[in-house]
Amino acid sequence: MIKVLSSGIYTAIQDLGRTGYREIGVPVAGVMDRYAANFANLIVNNKEEDAVIEIVYGSSKLEFLENTTICVSGANFSAKMDGKSIAINTVLSVKKGSVLSFGKRVFGVRTYIAVKGGVLSDVILGSRSFLKGITKKIALKKGDAITINDGLKQIGETKSKVKFNKEYLFSNTIEVFKGPEYEWLSKEQKEKLEQASFTISPSNSRMGYILNEKIENNFASMFSSGVLPGTVQLTPSGKLIVLMRDCQVTGGYPRVLQLTEKSINVLAQKTTKDTIAFKLKQGV
Amino acid sequence: MTYELKYKSYGEFSILIEWEASIDTSVIRDINVFKANILKKEAKVLQDCIIGYHSLLIVYKNKLEEVHKKISFLKDIYMHKKKEISTYDYIWKIPVCYDVKYGIDLLDISQKTKLSKEEIIQLHTHNTYTVYFIGFLPGFLYLGGLHKKLFFDRKPTPRLKVPKGAVAIGGMQTGVYPQESAGGWNIIGNTPVSFFDITKETPCFASSGDQIQFTSVTEEAYLSIEEEVKSGVYKMEKFII
Repeated sequence: MIKVLSSGIYTAIQDLGRTGYREIGVPVAGVMDRYAANFANLIVNNKEEDAVIEIVYGSSKLEFLENTTICVSGANFSAKMDGKSIAINTVLSVKKGSVLSFGKRVFGVRTYIAVKGGVLSDVILGSRSFLKGITKKIALKKGDAITINDGLKQIGETKSKVKFNKEYLFSNTIEVFKGPEYEWLSKEQKEKLEQASFTISPSNSRMGYILNEKIENNFASMFSSGVLPGTVQLTPSGKLIVLMRDCQVTGGYPRVLQLTEKSINVLAQKTTKDTIAFKLKQGV
Repeated sequence: MTYELKYKSYGEFSILIEWEASIDTSVIRDINVFKANILKKEAKVLQDCIIGYHSLLIVYKNKLEEVHKKISFLKDIYMHKKKEISTYDYIWKIPVCYDVKYGIDLLDISQKTKLSKEEIIQLHTHNTYTVYFIGFLPGFLYLGGLHKKLFFDRKPTPRLKVPKGAVAIGGMQTGVYPQESAGGWNIIGNTPVSFFDITKETPCFASSGDQIQFTSVTEEAYLSIEEEVKSGVYKMEKFII
């Protein structure tokens, strides 16, 4: 078990999310930065679909009530075990009674903790991911105990030689494909979209990120149609909304761009006031 | 009937198929027949199908390497699609208590439309509504078929809390809030029936292409149905279309 001593801004259990239920309106959810979460799981020899702990802004404190093996990945918030700095993106043996905490922000927004065997929460519609309206619990709180799945604890080797490629955490480039309504844009609107730099507004969450700079438009509203995590919608006010993992399944604003899977991870590690630039990828 | 469809690549995993922009029950029927035919051939490689008013978004489990080939394959399925593959559609009877205790906007609508409360209830329960698709919230049905006299603009400022089960009108649409949420539609009643129940094998009873008919019940009946829903013995009334 892992005891939550402090849950900070937002700490939750996430896996790769719920699929197959979007036709009844259920969002996918799941880890915001799949690269970091998958990496942490890989390092402790877990399966990709094992659930991890997602911590926003390194503000939580966790006590391990048993000996285990973990990997801390993603955002770097000066992780400490019993007050001493620890290495991230590598295997760590944890002794019963140890306390994991965080300090100063170095880079990124979301930190992932993979625990050997995976962590458990109720499986609802095929996923352990916390989500409002779907799971009873939507965030971990002080005093909660997280169960570690030790039924399947493999003694298999951990992959400590795999290297974490942290470049994406410093990238401001968001690679995109044309969205279904891209051709609604005029030449000037397209140029602005591809050349301007966009700032992330304080309205950014697991559902979506609203960007500050506007692309003036007078598009007619459209009949609701399917949307995806990573879809960039252009609203009548001119502001862009980039949908993220907890987004609704349908929407009525023009879908001008679609982020690549990799770029969703890049954006997941950004927050208020960070700037991004879209880079259009040809093809698909 | 065969429509002219547009196929668009959408991200690395998905293909969007679009019918001509319209809100039309025959289009939604065609979408559902096409979807059933795609599922028959592609179920193993598909992750999700999301239906919109005049669109079908197909999400694959893996990255699409050869989109154009996949589109040709889908076009071929559409050309040779068989109607009978599609499953039954149902009409669901939904009990609603239109007492002003639940229908907190009824009097406002009545004043502004110059329809009596009874006329509003009569018009709302008279029509049968088609489920176009489910979106916005888990179990939120987009319903078409509202009587013109009941068209009523959304509230300028949404309420922060609309109760679960609220039956409401927003512009040209009517619908039911499946869970407590923020919302700008005008509330005319409440149903004790659960539109999204995570404990059920099928969390949402309805699917695209089904029909909904609201029936007016007294508060007494509402409360007894609510008890039955809570204890899990309530049986929904349904008929095959």
